[in-house]
Amino acid sequence: MNTLVIAELSEGKLRKSTHSAITFARQTGAPFSILALGPGAKAAAGELASFGAAKVLAADDAAIKGQVAELHAPTIAAVAKSGGFDVLVACASSFGKDVMPRVAAKLGAGYAADISGVKAEGGKLVYRRPVYAGNAYGTCELLTSTQVITVRQSEFTAAEPSGGASPVEAVATAPADPAAARVEFVGLEAAKSERPDLGEARVIVSGGRALKEKFAEVLDPLATLLGAAVGASRAACDAGYAPPELQVGQTGRVVAPQLYFAIGISGAIQHLAGMKGSKTIVAINKDADAPIFQVADYGLVADLFVAVPELITELKKAQ
Amino acid sequence: MKILVPLKRVSDPDNANKIKVGPGKVETTGLEWKPNPFDEYAVETALRLTENGTNTKARLGEVTVVTFGPKETETTLRAALATGADKAIRVDATDDTLDGDLVARALKALVEREKPDLVLLGKQQVDGDANQTAQLLAEYLGWPQATFAGQITSEADKALLVAREVDGGSIKLRVTLPAVVSVDLRIVNPIGVTSMHTPATHKYSDGVRFAALMAIMAAKKKPLTEVKLADLAPDTALKIKYTHFDLPPARKAGVKIKTVAELVQKLKTEAKVL
Repeated sequence: MNTLVIAELSEGKLRKSTHSAITFARQTGAPFSILALGPGAKAAAGELASFGAAKVLAADDAAIKGQVAELHAPTIAAVAKSGGFDVLVACASSFGKDVMPRVAAKLGAGYAADISGVKAEGGKLVYRRPVYAGNAYGTCELLTSTQVITVRQSEFTAAEPSGGASPVEAVATAPADPAAARVEFVGLEAAKSERPDLGEARVIVSGGRALKEKFAEVLDPLATLLGAAVGASRAACDAGYAPPELQVGQTGRVVAPQLYFAIGISGAIQHLAGMKGSKTIVAINKDADAPIFQVADYGLVADLFVAVPELITELKKAQ
Repeated sequence: MKILVPLKRVSDPDNANKIKVGPGKVETTGLEWKPNPFDEYAVETALRLTENGTNTKARLGEVTVVTFGPKETETTLRAALATGADKAIRVDATDDTLDGDLVARALKALVEREKPDLVLLGKQQVDGDANQTAQLLAEYLGWPQATFAGQITSEADKALLVAREVDGGSIKLRVTLPAVVSVDLRIVNPIGVTSMHTPATHKYSDGVRFAALMAIMAAKKKPLTEVKLADLAPDTALKIKYTHFDLPPARKAGVKIKTVAELVQKLKTEAKVL
């Protein structure tokens, strides 16, 4: 077994999701290398040289841009073939989910999406992955010699550097797919936020539709005080009270922070799927029968417009 | 524009916490079949792209829906026909003989037969939760892909401007047709889709359209053909094998707290997370 970790870069910067894929590679016990692609890949490779990889490969090419799958997949597949890699792994971020199935199809490889665990048994890898919005877990194997994997960030704790200095090598960009000529990267509208990313935050303050137009006004001071990321329910995003990238749930971000505040969130199955792995859950809702209370460690039946400002006052006192 | 929309029925997603597991499989007995929500959004998107929003009775293109399943899944296809799709194809198969890769390979053959300008899919099935078929199909076809679309604007049906919902924001891509697009939740917002026929000022009502009774009757007469899986994909070998399913341990409900002060106290001294 020889694993290739695909690093994730956005606007030339290494994303922390990469470190969850490294954790997967370490858990399999097999040697692994890391591949960074696109502008900034060389610098990213330098950052990744202290994680115990056999090699860190960099395709630092401005032509591989904008997280476009058609621009990334050919080089990933070419490196997999030339380097003899038979397990390819990335984080199940929006980048990994977009590009890795395309790589799998290119290589005729099986694909296991969004896995929550891996075990090496009798020389093969056995995966565990959530299905039915995390209401069941399936144990599965891929029946192909080359295997492509994406890992759930909340289930694979970000790897820490292990020291050493892996050799960094430049790799060439593979010839572009014909499909690449028919996709044009127009632009990235990045959410401008000083807050931690939802996938990395220790504390998350999430709000539901009940907050209405006061979503930011009520939640921002609490999030700032706690150094927290802000999340939202689907209903709040659909109604436009919060931007789509804040959505936590089965088909949005899946998170597992130390502390999760569900404020004015009723707790639909799809939302629970995205946050029930959190260590401590606090629910504030005026409906005492809301399903969110069935998963909350601490439930407060209260009007959030009164309770949240009071919470800020009490937290300041306690600091 | 000719659009192909693959769809699938799933067990009632709002009751997914009632599923059970048997030896090597998930048991959904007692749960109603529902169309996969994302697939319903894909159908709605296809309809919006092939009409003038101010006159949704006239179809200005062709929408074909396809599902993989036994005879009874034709109900799902008829429901899509009732909302406005023109024709349907059922690929005869059962779920346990399929995986996302085989579906994508069979769809490739179907695309070569039907020659659509666009394949529109839901971004993920809410049972298997794999989020893969659109991407696999795009690669097998050698077509460009735009996944997780939250907004689509047709540029004279030659290209689509797609805003993709991604971690940390939105990525805009322009894909030249033919292409594969998978849709996200926000696509059925009032301004999610702008066809070349619809005035830019037009706003749809939020969500998917419902079929009128007359349309449900008329849908019974729309063409629905059956295709054998082996005719589309001679190699029906699967690439993934599930050996076991289990249920996660239920999270225990905690305690109700009376006051905010008590909550802060508990978080500090009991949960130790502050």
